[in-house]
Amino acid sequence: MSSNGKKWFSLNLGAKPKTSGGSCSCGKNSGGCGGNGSHSHESKEPQLTEEEFAAAAINASIGEERTKDGFDQVFDVKMDRRSAFKKLTASLLIGAGAVSTSCSVISGEDSKEKAQIDWEEQFKGNYKLMNDEEKKATVDRLVRSYQLRTGKNISMSSKNAEEDVLFGYAFNISKCQGYMDCVNACVEENNQDRNSQMQYIRIHEMKDGKGFNFDEADDNYYHEVPAEGHFYMGTQCFHCDNPPCVEVCPVQATWREDDGLVVVDYDWCVGCRYCMAACPYDGRRFNWSKPEVPEAEVNKNQHYLGNRMRKKGVMEKCTFCVQRSRAGKNPACVEACPTGARIFGNLLDPESTIRWVLENKKVFRLKEDLGTEPKFWYFMD
Amino acid sequence: MRRLKVFKSLVKDSLDTITHGSRRYHIWMAVLTFVMLVGMYCYAIQLDQGLSVTGMTDRVSWGLYISNFTFLVGVAAAAVMLVMPTYVLKDIDFKQAVLIGEGLAVSALIMCLAFVVADMGGPSVLWHMLPGIGVFNFPNSMLTWDVLVLNGYLFLNITIPFYILFRHYQGKESKSSVYVPGAILSVFWAVAIHLVTAFLYQGLQARPFWNNALLGPRFLASAFAAGPALIILVLAIIRNCTEFKIQDKTIKKIAMVVTVAAQINLIMLVSELFKEFYAPTHHSESAYYLFFGLHGKDALLPWIWTAIPLNVLATVLLTFHKLRNNFKVLFFCCFILFIAIWIEKGFGLIVPGFIPGPYGKIAEYLPTKIEVGVTLGIWALGAFVFTILAKTAIGIELGKLRYKKK
Ligand code: SF4
Ligand code: SF4
Repeated sequence: MSSNGKKWFSLNLGAKPKTSGGSCSCGKNSGGCGGNGSHSHESKEPQLTEEEFAAAAINASIGEERTKDGFDQVFDVKMDRRSAFKKLTASLLIGAGAVSTSCSVISGEDSKEKAQIDWEEQFKGNYKLMNDEEKKATVDRLVRSYQLRTGKNISMSSKNAEEDVLFGYAFNISKCQGYMDCVNACVEENNQDRNSQMQYIRIHEMKDGKGFNFDEADDNYYHEVPAEGHFYMGTQCFHCDNPPCVEVCPVQATWREDDGLVVVDYDWCVGCRYCMAACPYDGRRFNWSKPEVPEAEVNKNQHYLGNRMRKKGVMEKCTFCVQRSRAGKNPACVEACPTGARIFGNLLDPESTIRWVLENKKVFRLKEDLGTEPKFWYFMD
Repeated sequence: MRRLKVFKSLVKDSLDTITHGSRRYHIWMAVLTFVMLVGMYCYAIQLDQGLSVTGMTDRVSWGLYISNFTFLVGVAAAAVMLVMPTYVLKDIDFKQAVLIGEGLAVSALIMCLAFVVADMGGPSVLWHMLPGIGVFNFPNSMLTWDVLVLNGYLFLNITIPFYILFRHYQGKESKSSVYVPGAILSVFWAVAIHLVTAFLYQGLQARPFWNNALLGPRFLASAFAAGPALIILVLAIIRNCTEFKIQDKTIKKIAMVVTVAAQINLIMLVSELFKEFYAPTHHSESAYYLFFGLHGKDALLPWIWTAIPLNVLATVLLTFHKLRNNFKVLFFCCFILFIAIWIEKGFGLIVPGFIPGPYGKIAEYLPTKIEVGVTLGIWALGAFVFTILAKTAIGIELGKLRYKKK
């Protein structure tokens, strides 16, 4: 992390210079840390060997930490000395912890490395301003950190927006039956906090004959669907082309990518929730407490801007499943919908289904008077 | 070198004054310290478990903290109502009051910053907001403007009184050519902090309750009523508890300011109510919720229906010269006006902005005990800081604290 032309200030305390080939400083080679060009950490070695190795390594060094989650996995290095002060001076002490660990002769290589990672993660810059190499470096660190703490390998991508792509979404109101399969698929795909039952998508159940009357709609129903005399309409982040949420962020922790996705850098967000107040579509969700996802349910196919693990006190939102959409797949909600009410695609591709819908259906958007230009259209058969 | 020595002795002397005092003073400070400790304990819980210990949710994402922040910006801005006549218009009357007013501004600003930090989800990464070190989204985000103007105002309000007191401490007169430009600047600055804070809300097209052109001016009017009202109360207490002489004339003049501001504020309130209720649109729902409740949800009714009568009563009483010149009535009016505006500009402004939500969902907000604890702790912090500042300032002004005069 010592490249020139950095757009932010960063402290560099005892950081070993990293070779840019993506190999990391852990000195192991059995699939443990082998970050390679594609940021994939899926080992090509036999599965058994690796798991055995990992289990042994973990038990030896970080035993109890594998149960930790989210914020803790990334930031909370265990260290008795400072646990008493942890609450009031989290940030400073992470730094102090890193120093003391890397200077300590007794502590193992692994915990030294963990501290090193924590340190660099705490003081890294804004992802939006990083160059590709820096993006790769932070992704490698996060993957390595997760591996050190849980013994599991994840793959995390830092794939940028592609040229000539602008993602858009259309929702067929006549087809939606309110099954909420999209909601569940979204939660699983995007590693959302299970405790608070965070959901990006809301399905509004509306009464027939009352028009689009959101006031009387129920977005939290628990009965069999489709209910007689009702129709359904889904909302989520609309990835506005002129997003008010981006304007107001004091630290540019949220921005519009070139392919139209509005994303959040969870590590840069300071949790002021100004963007939430600015969003006219109820598109954003906040981690009011530490997000928890059972280890077995963690989706390990991740993207830095998408479904990687979050921590408490940061903003998150629908990303049109950036980990999927940039890999050429449909978002999880589109794939899960049993009725085919959801359509996703590249607005710049004249052959795409979404273009066909926009050209042949009578589409409309919500609150167009606000000038936010959502890239989310509704239509009826 | 000499200055440094003087400064050292000033710090020593002021430490001496603030640790000595009457029994009542010690009890007061002890109570404040206790409340601050409770607040810190609550904040520790909040840090540990996250903001989920507050009453805030995804639907109402700002609450008590931001309400108090908004209100206190107004209090801080009000110091200018005293600064202007004294320094700029050379009205001697206010001279003693102004130091108190600026002390109040400093403590209000410290409370503001504390409330903002308390509201943050990630206080450990707040350095992301520091210009130069982090990424400062200036000029797009009104929040960055607010950070700039608040800190600038804090700086002004610390340096000007410090310069004056520092000179007086050495037994010298302060040079007006030095502090008057600063004072003039702070006059404009005070208006700026309040307008910018209003713009923070006013600029959100997503929240029709805030997105109206009257918000900024109303902020100013209510601030110039609530702030000086608090100053009057503080002056009354200081007059009672110390030998610091504050003439009746001074208090009467400030009362005049309060009255005019309260009247303007009331006119604007009427204008706002007219717009919301004469031809109610979809956008009037927040106001409906605030004043009458919506669909049986009416958590804010007791608050707003306390605030409005108090506000009207205070304004009416203050309007009559006879009543206003009776100090008992005046202090009572200032007190209820202060409470009324705290409710109206705090709770009554922030919470309804989120209710109903973007799709009409009504989720109510009530602060939790922890939130209240942190809030009280920050208010105690403000009172603590103010007491220290005021005690030192009064000591110097009375001539008790003098360099090498022991
Ligand atoms: S829907 Fe809301 S969160 Fe999504 S881009 Fe638009 S303003 Fe931002
Ligand atoms: S909550 Fe995070 S993303 Fe939203 S405005 Fe604040 S810092 Fe930016």
